[in-house]
Amino acid sequence: MLTRRVIACLDVRNGRVVKGVQFVNLIDAGDPAELAHRHAEDGADEIVLLDITATHEGRATLLETVRRAAQQLFIPFTVGGGIRTLEDAAAVFDAGADKVSLNSAALQNPELITMIGAEYGAQAVVVAIDARRNVGAADPVRDARVFTHGGRRDAGRTVIEWARDAEQHGAGEILLTSMDADGTRAGFDCELTAAVSRAVQIPVIASGGAGSVQHFAEVFTAGCADAALAASIFHFGVSSARVLKEQLAAQKIPVRIPC
Amino acid sequence: MLTVIDYKAGNLTSVVKALHFLGTEVFVTSQAEAMERATSMVLPGVGHFAATARLEQGGLAEAIRRAIARGVPFLGICVGMQWLYAGSTEAPGHPGLGYFQQTVSRFPANGQKVPHVGWNQLNELAATPLLKGVASGDFAYFTHSWRAPVGTETIVTTEYMGPFAAACQRERVCGVQFHPEKSGATGLQILRNFLEFSAC
Repeated sequence: MLTRRVIACLDVRNGRVVKGVQFVNLIDAGDPAELAHRHAEDGADEIVLLDITATHEGRATLLETVRRAAQQLFIPFTVGGGIRTLEDAAAVFDAGADKVSLNSAALQNPELITMIGAEYGAQAVVVAIDARRNVGAADPVRDARVFTHGGRRDAGRTVIEWARDAEQHGAGEILLTSMDADGTRAGFDCELTAAVSRAVQIPVIASGGAGSVQHFAEVFTAGCADAALAASIFHFGVSSARVLKEQLAAQKIPVRIPC
Repeated sequence: MLTVIDYKAGNLTSVVKALHFLGTEVFVTSQAEAMERATSMVLPGVGHFAATARLEQGGLAEAIRRAIARGVPFLGICVGMQWLYAGSTEAPGHPGLGYFQQTVSRFPANGQKVPHVGWNQLNELAATPLLKGVASGDFAYFTHSWRAPVGTETIVTTEYMGPFAAACQRERVCGVQFHPEKSGATGLQILRNFLEFSAC
């Protein structure tokens, strides 16, 4: 049976993993290669590395980080942050990424999705969408808006329309982050995730708000998510993706176990 | 030497990396002549079946066919497996190698998502050295929208809107629909098995 994926996300800045300061620090800033490997050993189904430096000077550091992380990683590996051209994507693939995650560059130029897909296959292109509910609208979920610049700037499109458009342009997956839920540890935005998941045929990865095992259970059922991502699954009392998945399996949610 | 066939479709890095990790020297080439020296062949592949048309250019397909006839072991991955069949409804104008007679077709549109992306289970394993150490129910990573039907050459099935061929083999010609280079310990075991039986 096709299982729901639990994805470990590493936020990387200047070659080091960073995490939100409001969390209890079981793991502090660490080496991305080491942590990627450890997450894989600990049962993560996939690794996402998001580079939040994304400055011009940071690119070389990032590629070296990706190369080291990919070296002994034999599960899918996605890299995002600052990928704006086919050449940027090619460099990241050459360094060992299996997929790239595009965000604002895809919004500005959806053809970028098509171009990368033509070279590397649609499965290699993840479109990341930062979303906020539209609280003023009659239907805040259906009318949820796309944001850029860390959730500060309204991109002028609805999430559902952009997700469909990205799919039309050949995106292989959608990585949907709820800016409302992000950092709250109060649960994923299941309604929004379900609305997007039903609007497209490609897999939807839910992100933002993970705070407990129950939140994963909810997003995999009510939220119709194909995968769920947590910046650190250690932050809320489970020691590893394996333990998280064992607890999900006990609730009859199909996950990869043993892993 | 183990020869990875580069037909300029997608990303070979992960496959080559996994083979290196297993301690094998790898020769990556798009030259048909190189198949004459190949001791085993790996054909990776992601993306569109139409990309396999490039195998016909420069005589690669013919060179692979001759190598197979000499008994050189072959492993096709994802679209590389699909190419072993007669063809695919994804690209009706482009024939496959035709080593297996059936045709690759798209998953039905019946409510479940297509593509089939993620970790799914390997079932109904045949007794073959390629699957040594792999158990029924083990997981592999898939990402595809087209799949081969179950037939006499099928050595593993996977369930997604019905069973499909997750792996196939006849004599020394093998294919896997999943990505062994991305399927953790199970995938590495299958690659190791291929290297071992290629050596004998």
